Amino acid sequence: MEFLGKMWAIVVKDMAAEWHTREIVSAMLVFAVLSLLVFSFALDLRGATARAAAPGVLWATVAFAGTLGLSRSLVREQQTGCIDGLLLAPVDRTAIFFGKALGNLLFIFIAEAVLLPLFAGLFNVPLLRPEVLLVTLLGTVGYAAVGTLLAAIAVNTRAREVLLPVLLLPLAFPVLIAAVQTIGALLEGGTLAEAGGWLRLIIVYDLVILAVAMLTFGYVLEE
Amino acid sequence: MNRHRDIPGFILALASAVVVLTALGMVFLYAPREATMGDVQRIFYFHVSSAWVGFFAFFVTFLAGILYLIRGERRWDILALSSVEVGLTFITMAVITGSLWARPVWGTYWTWEPRLTISAVQLLIYIAYGMLRRAVEGPERQARFAAVYGIVAFVTVPLSWFAIRWWRTIHPEILSGGDMALTPRMVQTLLVSLAAFTLLYATLLRQRIRLERFADRLALLRRE
Repeated sequence: MEFLGKMWAIVVKDMAAEWHTREIVSAMLVFAVLSLLVFSFALDLRGATARAAAPGVLWATVAFAGTLGLSRSLVREQQTGCIDGLLLAPVDRTAIFFGKALGNLLFIFIAEAVLLPLFAGLFNVPLLRPEVLLVTLLGTVGYAAVGTLLAAIAVNTRAREVLLPVLLLPLAFPVLIAAVQTIGALLEGGTLAEAGGWLRLIIVYDLVILAVAMLTFGYVLEE
Repeated sequence: MNRHRDIPGFILALASAVVVLTALGMVFLYAPREATMGDVQRIFYFHVSSAWVGFFAFFVTFLAGILYLIRGERRWDILALSSVEVGLTFITMAVITGSLWARPVWGTYWTWEPRLTISAVQLLIYIAYGMLRRAVEGPERQARFAAVYGIVAFVTVPLSWFAIRWWRTIHPEILSGGDMALTPRMVQTLLVSLAAFTLLYATLLRQRIRLERFADRLALLRRE
């Protein structure tokens, strides 16, 4: 319980800091809307095209907006010296990881909570279904977990924000492919059971990444 | 480390030269001409071998990364970084030979065939690993970050493989791999090629490790 308490304290701290500045969520949201416009111009998203492209456009937007939020969240941690404080405090490194990952997950969820209805409304695609939301939720868990680990690495390098997408995207391919395929199958009228293999792949990815990140995060922070 | 003559390394280099030449001879002279694809198919032996070595090298980096995190010894980091660099060469070769093969057989330089795609994904991960190393200051921190990245990256490769394979089988309009019936001679040639490339990998890895050790020593001498 102590573990959960410490983890929760980190999440609350992130949310409070975000409430004051609103820089992470607003940057992600503005970027996501711009990205929707870019895709709309590039692919001429209307009618059947919109429906066919929807899962891909949605996840590409989430992936790119996610890298913005992830690196901002960890850069802020470093610039304010907060990470040093956390390391001095008697907190388990694993609790720091889960706290940061959960905070980042919430930031991306907030962005998605605006993005999905907006997408559904603008392009007339029925995205607001419980199955689609479940897949998005599960996919985002894995993405936020691997993203938090790699962002913690990237902020300690010279290249910082530039390096994160290069490190993150090739490792996120399984979850990107699986999420796009599952949502695509759902939009074509399939059920979740029919796309069960893909859903299992997302869950396996989430578990594997969480386990590996839990084991290695301590080494990233070791200073 | 005082020995400048690397006798085992020399023997290894000699052995790989002999086996690579044997493999080359077998590819062109011993293996039969494939019925439908013709001589183009001969690229298959070296293509598969370089893809195998590319994957194996990444596995070595994964193991070396784990050992580095546990023990914190520089030699495991040297092994990890050397294996990535040598592996990068082989996986690049796999991607290039793959697209050269695809051109006459499928009529295009690139198809999103699962094995070719996973090689490309691995190539990108290797490049990212190299970029990460160059962007980190301090050898100890560089080794630590690289080890973590090598481990996380490696565990995602099998998942990527499954994802890409299912993704392609769901869209069957893409030309399939064209199953080849391998004759015994073909299998023998493939096995010798695999052995040749694995030996070549070991040779290059050994030399790369040696080079890094010399660089370490030089840095030490400069400081004195």
